[in-house]
Amino acid sequence: MLLIPCPYCGERTESEFRYGGEAHFRRPENHLEATDEAWADYLFMRKNPKGWHRERWMHIAGCKRWFYVVRHTVTHRISSVYKVGDPLPDLPS
Amino acid sequence: MTQDFRLAKGGRIDREKPLRFLFDGHAYDGFAGDTLASALLANGIHLVARSFKYHRPRGIYGLGVEEPNALVETGIGAAIEPNARATTVELSDGLIANSQNRWPSLRFDLGAVADLASPLLSAGFYYKTFMGPGNAWKLYEWMIRRAAGVGRAPEQPDPDRYEHSFAHCDVLVVGAGPAGLAAALAAGRAGARVMLVDEQVEPGGQLLNTAYTINGRPATDWVADATAELDRMDEVRRLQRTLALGVYDHGYVACVERAVPVPEGRTRWRERMWHVRAKEIVVASGAIERPLIHDGNDRPGTMLASAARAYANRYGVAVGKRAVVFANNDDAYRTALDLADSGIEVAGILDLRHDLTGAMPALAREKGLRVLAGHAVVGTRGRTRLKAVEAAPVDDPSNRQIIECDLLAVSGGWNPALHLYAHAGGKASYDAALAAFVPGSSPERMTVAGSAAGEFALAHCLSGGARAGVEAAKRAGFSATQPALVLEAPEPNADTRVGPLSAPNRGGKRFIDLHNDVTEKDLRLAAQEGYRSVEHAKRYTTMGMGPDQGKTGNILGLNVLSDALGQAVPQVGTTTFRPPYHPVSFGALAGREVHDLFLPTRKTPMDSWHEENGALFEPVGQWRRAKAYPKPGESLHAAAEREVKAARESVGLFDASTLGKIDVRGPGAAQFLDRIYCNTFSTLKPGNARYGLMLGEDGMVKDDGVTARLGPDHFHLTTTTGGAASVYVWLEDWLQTEWLDLEVYLTSVTEQWAVATLSGPKARQVLGPLTDVDLSTAAFPFMAFREGRVANIPARIFRVSFSGDLSYEINVPARHGLALWQALMESGRPHGITPYGTEALHILRAEKGYIVVGHETDGTITPHDLGYGGMVSTKKDFLGRRSLGRAGMTGPDRKHLVGLLSKDPARVLPMGAQILERPTEARPAPMIGHVSSSYMSPTMKRGIAMALIKNGRERLGQTVYLPLLDGPTVAAEIVSPVFYDPENARRDG
Ligand SMILES: [Zn+2]
Repeated sequence: MLLIPCPYCGERTESEFRYGGEAHFRRPENHLEATDEAWADYLFMRKNPKGWHRERWMHIAGCKRWFYVVRHTVTHRISSVYKVGDPLPDLPS
Repeated sequence: MTQDFRLAKGGRIDREKPLRFLFDGHAYDGFAGDTLASALLANGIHLVARSFKYHRPRGIYGLGVEEPNALVETGIGAAIEPNARATTVELSDGLIANSQNRWPSLRFDLGAVADLASPLLSAGFYYKTFMGPGNAWKLYEWMIRRAAGVGRAPEQPDPDRYEHSFAHCDVLVVGAGPAGLAAALAAGRAGARVMLVDEQVEPGGQLLNTAYTINGRPATDWVADATAELDRMDEVRRLQRTLALGVYDHGYVACVERAVPVPEGRTRWRERMWHVRAKEIVVASGAIERPLIHDGNDRPGTMLASAARAYANRYGVAVGKRAVVFANNDDAYRTALDLADSGIEVAGILDLRHDLTGAMPALAREKGLRVLAGHAVVGTRGRTRLKAVEAAPVDDPSNRQIIECDLLAVSGGWNPALHLYAHAGGKASYDAALAAFVPGSSPERMTVAGSAAGEFALAHCLSGGARAGVEAAKRAGFSATQPALVLEAPEPNADTRVGPLSAPNRGGKRFIDLHNDVTEKDLRLAAQEGYRSVEHAKRYTTMGMGPDQGKTGNILGLNVLSDALGQAVPQVGTTTFRPPYHPVSFGALAGREVHDLFLPTRKTPMDSWHEENGALFEPVGQWRRAKAYPKPGESLHAAAEREVKAARESVGLFDASTLGKIDVRGPGAAQFLDRIYCNTFSTLKPGNARYGLMLGEDGMVKDDGVTARLGPDHFHLTTTTGGAASVYVWLEDWLQTEWLDLEVYLTSVTEQWAVATLSGPKARQVLGPLTDVDLSTAAFPFMAFREGRVANIPARIFRVSFSGDLSYEINVPARHGLALWQALMESGRPHGITPYGTEALHILRAEKGYIVVGHETDGTITPHDLGYGGMVSTKKDFLGRRSLGRAGMTGPDRKHLVGLLSKDPARVLPMGAQILERPTEARPAPMIGHVSSSYMSPTMKRGIAMALIKNGRERLGQTVYLPLLDGPTVAAEIVSPVFYDPENARRDG
């Protein structure tokens, strides 16, 4: 059970949140004209790294805000959280 | 009954409080403070179990959770607890315990023939037999299921209550031995909020078991002082009988607390699960002694040396009258000395080491004990109880001498209890001098202290514990200085190195894993057969896979494998420790979330009326909804038929409060809905409503519902009952992370509105007298929305219909829901108003061909598939639009929603039935679709169905075939899915 520091509410237990998967994958610009390959890539392909991962979470049982978490998928360490529009923090080395 | 083996004095038992208990039907006496094991031993009972595989007689072997043998059944009837460790069961008056895995009796067990057949049951027996020819496995499995095993599960429901508690702390200290107490004191004095959990009945750990001194006084005095100080601190919570089961992420630790047993009667709760979130964790979980490998090492009367001395010191029990100590380390001499001090005759100390230069052997010799250096136990005698050991020089094992004894106390050194450290991701390293794994670098938030850290000397436990407590408090944000914990704990034996782990082999049975009956020979066979990884050898032999998870035997097994493979122990590796540290009951895990409390039950504001009026409920997600209102003696089917008829011919009333509702406001609201729905909402006039389809980005139908425009920038959006939460999260996702250009505010208002749907040709007559809203079709047409009062309650009325007949969906603030419902029932009485449930609702909508998301859609269905292609806007962008243009989204392979009429009107096609083109097909038969909804229609007076069939709309009029499970193949005709009123002539009443 993770302890997630919501950037709006502070530390809360994982069961208050919904997971949203990989962050910052881009919907193709002019998506109606996107190639099938580019569109399929956007729809279906996600990273599955062993290590640091930028991901999306929503504090459904709290402020109901979506935000971003940098989490290590092996140790579950959370190095940073940030809001939509914030500059992207670096991944820990 | 006398307690022949109770020492005349000593121990922490209360001799003023005798307790009587039953074991295998015989009454025995013990004292308050005993465990079942110590009380049995006080009565001279060693034999308590038959082993798992060979049914060999087994005795009490350990002191606590490490016990591999003494698994018993406690309680009777529904309160039976199988596989309880006799060593952890607190004795209480009237306790009933029974041995397991024996027939007809413990002393004479027919299953012991398995022991004679043991050559057949060697390592990998299951795998080899399973690979064998024909049906051999079936026979063997039948035998094994009966012969092998542990306790039996109780057959009645568990009558006890289990609780869950949640706690937060700065420092969690696991273990209240010397290191844990010192850590808790240090952290507590620094002002930290401390939780100290300890699995024992009282704090002290090893200080209760061994005669130590601290600051010149008995160590137990210091324990009492330390505990008293902790209990005076406001921010310290101390939990005894509480076992830390596992460490999870970010300082989350699961613990389970046992209730204090009460004579007779049950406790308020039996076990309590603690969910602890700690900023810092100090692991002071101590160490577990391990035995030595020698021939005949499972004879009852053989016991861990530390357990034998604890039974004497803590429980006042002489485990035997005449003891032999067999060891490879100095600490075992403490056992010999303590046993001798208790008045037990020590017949000799056999030490595998040749060179005994330490202080302890010298002290033992000084006290007149017989010490045999370079000697080993090479055999044991006796059947259900040890009578003698065969001792011999390590270098000349055939030169045996017989030493009569009834207790063999064995010590192969100590294993730090690193389970919690490993759960947290700690990587242990092998210390060859200790022959043990010790913690390496600390995982985040964790410090290991005391003998868990491989610091076995008492002085080190105390100082290391205090240091760990200070450091943990500091990391948790407290400014701690070194506390004034000046503790002197002189010990003669600072030497913690160990000698060999194995006695010379003279061909007898040498058990590594007592619980699972795994011998040294099994492990060597596994190595010989190519299992070079410990993880593989473990699974092949089942070493360490019993309920004790190899707490005493694993290191011995590793050393055997290391020897057989010619690799150093670290190369052989250690198996992974996973939670729980000790088996935990299902009751504790489930807590109160059983029966009615398994899931929250969401009830609508009208629920009490439904209940009082005989509703048959069904769960829909977490909601409970009225499925029908059967009259006495009426079947569900008959009730639904009556309810449908009323809603078609006069008027019905339905509780639609569970519909998901989202309030959408803001200057961007209309544009937002245009992007969300595949059809257009910006053109909707205030006061009107529209049915909308939401697609996923993959172009598939995700949810549907009616959305009304309340004002220029204000919409009332409805979702399906089941989709409410996921749609809300999804809408917020787009608003918050993608469409920052839109100013829109969403509020989930599902529970703020109660909804009653009046449906049927008389609906207007029922609602009219109650409202100030003009209900004429001209003033309030289909798909319009009006605000007004109903039964003097402020209401929003939507003229939508899910049945095809005239219908009003009346929304009022939730607290008025019941009043609204009662008013409508009263007003409808002259018209024969009939409440209807979800069963009738489904029939009504299926007659009209309306879809239900989840019935007619399954994540692979597009609007076009449903025949709703006309709704899809070609003028604007919306979620999923790009996907609708992908290959495979159109064409003759798509399944279409169609109606299906069985040739036999009385037949109701089963939902989910597969559909074939021809009555007989070669296998595998090509299936062209399936039935998605199917009912007996009271209106059409025949079975009707909806189905998804490949290219179905091009097949109207064709006959298809449904091979029914255990039944005939049924012919049906493909028709339009709209069975009732295709001209929409009835919706204005
Ligand atoms: Zn929040």
